[in-house]
Amino acid sequence: MPLDKIGIAKRIAQEVQDGTYINLGIGIPTLVANFIPEHINVVLQSENGLLGIGPFPEEEEVDADLINAGKQTVTTLPGSSLFSSAESFAMIRGGHVDLTILGAMEVSENGDIANWKIPGKMVKGMGGAMDLVASAENIIVAMQHRSRSGESKLLKECTLPITGIRCVKKIVTDLAVLDVLPEGGFKLLERAPGVSVEEIKEATSGRLIIEGEIPEMKLN
Amino acid sequence: MINKVVNNADEAIADIPDNATLMLGGFGLCGIPENCIAALVKKGVKGLTCISNNAGVDDFGIGLMLKTRQVKKMISSYVGENAEFERQLLSGELEVDLIPQGTLAERIRAGGAGIPAFYTPAGFGTEVAEGKEVREFNGKMYLLESWLQADFAIVKAWKGDKAGNLIFKGTARNFNPMMATAGKITIAEVEELVEVGELDPNHIHTPGIFVQRIFQGVNYEKRIEQRTTKIK
Repeated sequence: MPLDKIGIAKRIAQEVQDGTYINLGIGIPTLVANFIPEHINVVLQSENGLLGIGPFPEEEEVDADLINAGKQTVTTLPGSSLFSSAESFAMIRGGHVDLTILGAMEVSENGDIANWKIPGKMVKGMGGAMDLVASAENIIVAMQHRSRSGESKLLKECTLPITGIRCVKKIVTDLAVLDVLPEGGFKLLERAPGVSVEEIKEATSGRLIIEGEIPEMKLN
Repeated sequence: MINKVVNNADEAIADIPDNATLMLGGFGLCGIPENCIAALVKKGVKGLTCISNNAGVDDFGIGLMLKTRQVKKMISSYVGENAEFERQLLSGELEVDLIPQGTLAERIRAGGAGIPAFYTPAGFGTEVAEGKEVREFNGKMYLLESWLQADFAIVKAWKGDKAGNLIFKGTARNFNPMMATAGKITIAEVEELVEVGELDPNHIHTPGIFVQRIFQGVNYEKRIEQRTTKIK
């Protein structure tokens, strides 16, 4: 069965390395924080100026002056720090953030990502996404394998305006875990429990590379 | 001491003319100059170019100035919370320049620091790169981006003293410190205005040299866009 959002977040949490600084995008990526194992120590960066994002506050702790990049109220943790947007993007652009996890509308087989604009329809802006994808050492995309209308979101080339080129390293969808190879192509690594390789093939319009037996994801 | 203190927002913005370029601090509705926005709506200045990360929501923040059609152009990174904004944009009433957030922050920082341009990787290979000089450094491609400056920068701080020194709180700092440096005239509204000497110099985020006018604001609403609490 395809994974739900929680399942995608749980699988991505397994990719998180101890001792790293991570920026989580809005949506499924934000959920990843809930599933990082306790023995893994990471620091979450919020591009509006907070390093060390704490849990959501208790009702009486809510502070309008303390929000994350999704404009949700949050808390600080022991060791947190606060800074300006310029300093925040110095962390990002300067390569100090180890991992960026974000959503996407489309990813191409050479690692291009589109997630900021649908011409004539959605004009919300790119926020910090272009800075993040241009500079992060490692980028994991969390998304549905197909759009609501059933079109593949893993394409030969993006059809929507691009956010960044050749930057996505790994994709976790409701159906599969895939690497984007440096030479191009989606390499199938794992399939969601009960999802067949055939189903993944059908849902992937870009070049899919399948070598040997493809194991099922292990989720707790 | 140079007298920077004005009585209120009306006085602080009194000489802002039509067609001025303004910077307004804040991320979403966090750390926005609420008092000055209300005063600008009251004054009714028109044809404004507003540089601000976001455009407020329909009935708060810069959204209030959009509703009264005072804004000719927005320079922002994300404007997704405002239906009136989207309507004016799609109908062509409003000009919009969307800029990657880090590039926006750095262009403002550069404007205040006297650096006319710099190279950044954000937007390479995208429509943001159209018409911009591209250059390779150590095998990676970068875009040339230019500084941003404003006739008036309007910022919001937590505490300030009469010399214009500012301290911000939490994530309400965001774009405020850079904007404070990039206005020909910088107006600071603060929640608490204190006498010179009451703030510890070690704790100042924005030194007073960048601030020309300061006042203690009133009735801060500090609206929250996404009130999110711990799941019980």
